[in-house]
Amino acid sequence: MKPFDYVRPTTVEEAVAAAAQPGAVYLAAGTNLLDLMKGNISRPDRLVDVTHLGGLDRIEHLPDGALRIGALVRNADLAHDAEFVRSYPAVAEALLSGASAQLRNAATVGGNLLQRTRCAYFYDTASRCNKRAAGSGCDARDGENRSHAVLGWSDSCIATHPSDFCVPLVALDAVVEIEGSNGRREIVLDELHRLPGDTPARDSTLEPGDLIVAVRLPPAARGFAAHAGYLKVRERTSYAFAVVSAAAALQIENGKIKQARLALGGVAAKPWRARTAEDVLRDVAPTADAFQEAAWRALGDAKPSGDNAFKIELARRIVVRALTLAAAGTPARLPPLPASPFASTSGALHV
Amino acid sequence: MSELNLTSAPAHLRHGSNIGQPLTRRDGILKVKGQATYAADNHPPGMLFAVMAVSSIARGRVTSLDVTAARRHPGVVDVMTSDHKPPLAIDPEIKTNPFVFRMEALHSDEVRYANQPIAVVIAETLEAATEGAALLAPHYETLPALIGLDAGDSFVPPVVGVGNPTENHRGDVEAGLASAEKRIEAVYETPPQYHNAMEPHAIVAAWDGDKLSVDMPTQGLFLSRARIAELFGIAPDKIHIRSPFLGGGFGSKGLMSGPPTLGIMAAKLVGRPVKLVLRREQMYGPVGHRAPTRQRLRMGTDGEGRLTALDHHARTVSSTFDDFYEPAADASHTLYAAPAIRTSHDAVRVNTGTPLFMRAPGEATGSIALESAIDEMAWACGIDPLAFRLKNYAEVEPITGKPFSSKALRACYEQGAARFGWAKRPLQPWQMRDDAGLLVGWGMGTATFPALMFQAEARAAIRRDGTGVMEIGAHDMGQGAWTALAQIAADGLGLDIDRVEFKAGTSDLPDAGIAGGSAHTATAGAAIHTAGAAVIAKLADLAANDERSPLFGAGNAGVIARSGKLFRRDDESRGESYAEILARAGLAEVEARGTGAPNPASMEEYAMHAHGAVFAEVKVDPELGQVRVTRMVGAFAAGRIVNPHLVKSQLFGGMIWGMSFALHEEAITDRRSGRIMNANLAEYHIPVNADVPPLDVITVEEHDPHVNALGIKGVGEIGITGSAGAVANAVWHATGVRVRRFPIRIEELLTQL
Repeated sequence: MKPFDYVRPTTVEEAVAAAAQPGAVYLAAGTNLLDLMKGNISRPDRLVDVTHLGGLDRIEHLPDGALRIGALVRNADLAHDAEFVRSYPAVAEALLSGASAQLRNAATVGGNLLQRTRCAYFYDTASRCNKRAAGSGCDARDGENRSHAVLGWSDSCIATHPSDFCVPLVALDAVVEIEGSNGRREIVLDELHRLPGDTPARDSTLEPGDLIVAVRLPPAARGFAAHAGYLKVRERTSYAFAVVSAAAALQIENGKIKQARLALGGVAAKPWRARTAEDVLRDVAPTADAFQEAAWRALGDAKPSGDNAFKIELARRIVVRALTLAAAGTPARLPPLPASPFASTSGALHV
Repeated sequence: MSELNLTSAPAHLRHGSNIGQPLTRRDGILKVKGQATYAADNHPPGMLFAVMAVSSIARGRVTSLDVTAARRHPGVVDVMTSDHKPPLAIDPEIKTNPFVFRMEALHSDEVRYANQPIAVVIAETLEAATEGAALLAPHYETLPALIGLDAGDSFVPPVVGVGNPTENHRGDVEAGLASAEKRIEAVYETPPQYHNAMEPHAIVAAWDGDKLSVDMPTQGLFLSRARIAELFGIAPDKIHIRSPFLGGGFGSKGLMSGPPTLGIMAAKLVGRPVKLVLRREQMYGPVGHRAPTRQRLRMGTDGEGRLTALDHHARTVSSTFDDFYEPAADASHTLYAAPAIRTSHDAVRVNTGTPLFMRAPGEATGSIALESAIDEMAWACGIDPLAFRLKNYAEVEPITGKPFSSKALRACYEQGAARFGWAKRPLQPWQMRDDAGLLVGWGMGTATFPALMFQAEARAAIRRDGTGVMEIGAHDMGQGAWTALAQIAADGLGLDIDRVEFKAGTSDLPDAGIAGGSAHTATAGAAIHTAGAAVIAKLADLAANDERSPLFGAGNAGVIARSGKLFRRDDESRGESYAEILARAGLAEVEARGTGAPNPASMEEYAMHAHGAVFAEVKVDPELGQVRVTRMVGAFAAGRIVNPHLVKSQLFGGMIWGMSFALHEEAITDRRSGRIMNANLAEYHIPVNADVPPLDVITVEEHDPHVNALGIKGVGEIGITGSAGAVANAVWHATGVRVRRFPIRIEELLTQL
């Protein structure tokens, strides 16, 4: 592979300064970045290893009821934190439905947010890809694209964001804490990932040197624990990216939905918050009709970007199912096959 | 392989008789501890790393490579290209025998498929070689690639598989269809699939003058050695290949391919040992694959549900430069009795690496189509699929009319169905749901694979200390040859297994033939058995002719070898140990050779096949279309089972592969470039643990006196056949949706559910 500098800063400030240089990228677990480097998709000049920065691997319960998750917390550690599972079951379920046990043991919270698309044309350096090489064109557009975006895509890019974790996070209004050259700032996760427009090379709104230091779930996020879940349809039972997924979370009082949260995965270049669907669910009874209506709203703007019209119908059905399951109540224990349509199948102890 | 420290006291060891015992694999502990040395684990002093640069176009010509940039990269030692390479003794395009396939050895700038090797960068480190390869930044003159089953004009290949006739028929198919009460016609498609052995193709090559040392996983030590010898113009005995362990082969490591040849060339070019290991994505091109097929099946039945005709046509592809034709339609030769059968093939040429044998070549692709069609025919007749298969049970091989050497398929059906609970299956689809509301379906398929034999030789010796040696250049691909063949050796030598030094896996041993066609245990086993008998006969001769021996005068026929002793058959109180016989004769050892080969008389007289019945349960989400196999039972009759434990593993592996065929595996080819877009194990889906349900394997007792002296039929490939169809049929039974394009995708169920 291409030779690169490797630096291991000891403070966040040093890290930001080191990563603000052109050609520099952050390295956490490297579960995505190293693959990209081996495949020549990413050819950084400098890796800034943040795994030795202190204090970024903690899960903190803040006085206001929020939860602050350090960017270096490993996916598996978070997903198996009993208190976390109780308070944010959909997030835990999403984490456990992603990748493999080995990858989850390594992968970090911050890295998960910034993983690149799985579009095959992005990975295939002989293909034209506006995300990999700005302005080169998009070979996915007329290529093998049954798994590509149905929402928010543009003629220059039809890739999807592959994260499971981000889907319930965006539904729960997670906030991203960022350390940058101009100090600390925060944005809601929904504003982190960008839709492609004419500039798909930029996945996120981060500036050079920006380092995600934590993800925060606001106090209100806990209010959905009783009626929340993540549902993911995939092409094998485990270790596969979502064809389509959905996170649904409800607050139900006196037989009516007080608040609904809904987000979709595998459908767009970002985790797709379906606010119009949430709106129609406010102050209505959790009925099949209401969920159908929400599903139609959620996919109201969807259109196929290729051989993927089925994903729109699949997404609608997933929305209905996810809302139905959420309304029925969060199971007392995480199912053995988290987020799977086969979650209930007995005897399945592996994910 | 004296350096191998195989487990000497395997679990479950019972002395006395070895064949038939469920020994755990003798190499298991080595592997678990990471001490089994695979080819790429070898690092001879001074070794360099070679990395292939491969083409990103599927058709055209390399017009330039930036060799200067690659050479300038620190650590790069040399760059091998079509302009700069050691000469080969023969043109690699020449097919010197039917088991030689054309390969890319940088002999031309022509590009014939994506991922074709176009240069090799040799460097002090893997990283430098990798970057050097990237810096070559090839330019091409690109021609439109030929892609897919309709890429061009079809033709009828001269043969399919290995020398099988392209067309076969018996009876009048059209008349049979015309007279039928019920008919079906259906077209099934199977995708290109890649072997994806866990261990990538790898070679460590070192020249010493005109002597060549090779560490390389191979299923065919002697075919590989012969091919290397002719390519490099050296005598076979100058070549030493070590292949003690393979991390899977599945047909892709059977014959010498381009990449290991390039490794040997690179070592010659730089005059130092060289290691060349394929990256996962580089395995999608130069080392073979299973070609896609489109199969049309037509069947008719009379009023009783008996087949009147079976017509099976398969379209497949080969490369633009060589010939291998997946013999998919041949699957219809064996299983179902129809008075009229026709099988035929045609093909188109596409810009792909040449397809090759891949675990059950022809049988796997043909079986999923045939078993699906049989299921459709049974449904058309309103008959239970098992009852329908029994109604059309072949008492003789349908296409040839020959009797079977043995066929316990009825017992497979009975035992498998009983274990599965098949009798409770509703005839109609879309009838069963579980507590969670998931659709449940049950399907079945018949499994079959020919009982083949190749040629093999073994050398046996009894040493003065009473221990035995068995030498054979056999191959352990993970299937357990180190154990199963040692069991046969121990019985052949009349010794307990821990008294036998079993040597295998190197090319200086006797030729064991190829580990393919599910024939290795039968072929190598026969040679071992014969060699064992021959050395015991020599030993018995020594004793019987020695008046000081208690066996004096016993004669060869009158002696039994057991636990390191010879006994008089008629009086077991009279006997003596091997050590005593050799000591008295003043010999360090006696040795003998034996061979294994097919019996032409049996082949002429009998149809020889293993059989089985596979039953599968699937659950399907009724709205979301995701499928999960929840239960599989396979009952197989494959002659004598040398090691039930290993055989079970083989059959499990086959059944999982069958499930994979039905639901997961598919190489996705870009319709314009011809590149494989999912050439990695994240997106080329094979089942993971969570996909694999409880599997139940029954080995049905079968005694076959005709296949070979040991009665072994082989189990390496049969597990895929039947299984794929069983899963596909279960999906139909769950949903009422018949998907005829494999793997079954969510969208096909989604849009019809």
